[in-house]
Amino acid sequence: MLRIDRAIMDAIVAHARRDHPDEACGVVAGPAGSDTPTRHIPMDNAERSPTFYRFDAMEQLRVWREMDDRDEEPVVIYHSHTATEAYPSRTDISLAGEPAAHYLLVSTRDPEHTEIRSFRIVDSAVTEEPVEVVDATVDPHAVQSYMFGQSPTSVDYECSDGGAAGVAA
Amino acid sequence: MAIEVRIPTILRPHTGGAKSVEGAGDTLAELLTDLDAKYPGLRARLVTDTGALHRFVNVYVNDEDVRFLGALDAKLSDGDTVTILPAVAGGAFGLAAAAAVLQR
Repeated sequence: MLRIDRAIMDAIVAHARRDHPDEACGVVAGPAGSDTPTRHIPMDNAERSPTFYRFDAMEQLRVWREMDDRDEEPVVIYHSHTATEAYPSRTDISLAGEPAAHYLLVSTRDPEHTEIRSFRIVDSAVTEEPVEVVDATVDPHAVQSYMFGQSPTSVDYECSDGGAAGVAA
Repeated sequence: MAIEVRIPTILRPHTGGAKSVEGAGDTLAELLTDLDAKYPGLRARLVTDTGALHRFVNVYVNDEDVRFLGALDAKLSDGDTVTILPAVAGGAFGLAAAAAVLQR
């Protein structure tokens, strides 16, 4: 299963939409051994193609060294398909070189709806996995209560029951 | 003469799990032959049957891509660090078709 922050997923989708119709690609790094993606790194598609992607070799060296320095590893490797489904192609499968990574596929073939699916690819075997998007901005334990007619950003002086407390029109 | 070679995750089964090994050679070709003697099968993951560096493997000497240093003929000096990274690539295009179109 891939657990990923809403903010990072939104950034990945935005990247894919921005580069459409070229394939977009990138990495989400996370602390080594944690299986938690924390740092989104959009990469340049050196091929700039609607059907092929490749990380620029020097950029990849810089990013991989940086991850090593920070004791991170590539937890998610993502790319987009711009006219086909969000499923690894034969090319994707044969070139998958990071056996511990989650391979995230994003399809931008439909302008309204983005398909997002995640896979493990190990020794050319593809296994789909569920994606859980975690929304860190919503605190499930927050207790929120407001006085009648009030909210954190507005105070409503109009009383709809027409009582004595109503403000003259 | 000692050259540090950084091994990517996917090739560590060949080196018993080691992420860094040592080798010797005046060129990348010699280094890979030297490593293959100690870690059988490693060279075959990097060099094709036609004797060229695999298209989707990136090899760097210090901070430079060996593609610009003569590939397998790249010269090595004592103390150099050679880094191997599998290329991150793919896409909707079929592999053979992509290779033909890209002519690489």
